Amino acid sequence: MLCATFINSKARMRPLTGLPKPLSAPNPHRLASTVARDDEHLLVAAAKRGDTHAFEELVNRYEAKIFRLTMNITRNREDAEDAMQDAFLKSYAHLKDFQEDSRFYTWLVRIAANEALMRLRKRRPNQFSIDEPVEGDEDLMPRELADWGPSPEQRFAQTEMHEILAKVIDSLEPDFRIVFVLRDVEELSTEETAKALGISVPAVKSRLLRARLKLRQKLNRYFRQGDTN
Amino acid sequence: MKCKGVIREISDYIDGELEFSVKQELERHLEHCGDCKMVVDQTRLTVDVFCDSKPVELPGDVKSRLHDALRRKLHEKSS
Repeated sequence: MLCATFINSKARMRPLTGLPKPLSAPNPHRLASTVARDDEHLLVAAAKRGDTHAFEELVNRYEAKIFRLTMNITRNREDAEDAMQDAFLKSYAHLKDFQEDSRFYTWLVRIAANEALMRLRKRRPNQFSIDEPVEGDEDLMPRELADWGPSPEQRFAQTEMHEILAKVIDSLEPDFRIVFVLRDVEELSTEETAKALGISVPAVKSRLLRARLKLRQKLNRYFRQGDTN
Repeated sequence: MKCKGVIREISDYIDGELEFSVKQELERHLEHCGDCKMVVDQTRLTVDVFCDSKPVELPGDVKSRLHDALRRKLHEKSS
């Protein structure tokens, strides 16, 4: 499953047609992102030897995804662009330090996520810390339950749906949003997400669970049957 | 398994990462608990609606500024 951009009004979504997925059947194991192509390590090796064209190819390959990531973390276009630029410039400056024990893309995501987080912290000081301990589970029980009908997303025009998703993701607390974006939008594995953010696997799982439940709750307002939002 | 247990395991269940015995226990609960089934289905749909199969594009002005900055850096390093 490749994931949606909801960075602006031009964002695109999975086509809203086709049969609804069967409910309650678990998805197959989520694999590490398939974004990295097989020749990535060759480009990295060439770039390390000073081949600037190889590095430019890496940039061309990942620039859109990195911008989507920084935009989804900062929710501010100027900060997102600065974070993306600095991520690429820093990755070039420190390319020789890249040990290749992970994929280049994961390493780049880690740099970009940190750049975006720094800018977010500057803009919203004291609002959050990604290093906060994992919370208890006493507040997890969903408070609002309502039937969404068989395919609620099809009740909205595409642009309207984009606005809803942007609004909903925007209202999620940053530390939950970042984990959700890395796992469910950028499709990093739990381990890759933990590594990118410098937090533990249980912390990623806990935040992802909360993020998904909170987003469900927020979407409930728009998707519940009989409403005309 | 009780409702609270289902909610705690919902993410791993959606991702297919639950141990077989826990998954079976959870699914037994879903057979008779409409509320939990609704939450599971809606949480899965929540993840799905944020997903897309189309590639993303970088806005043109953002792309040119990035490549200008890179060219300056690459030139600076090679000179």
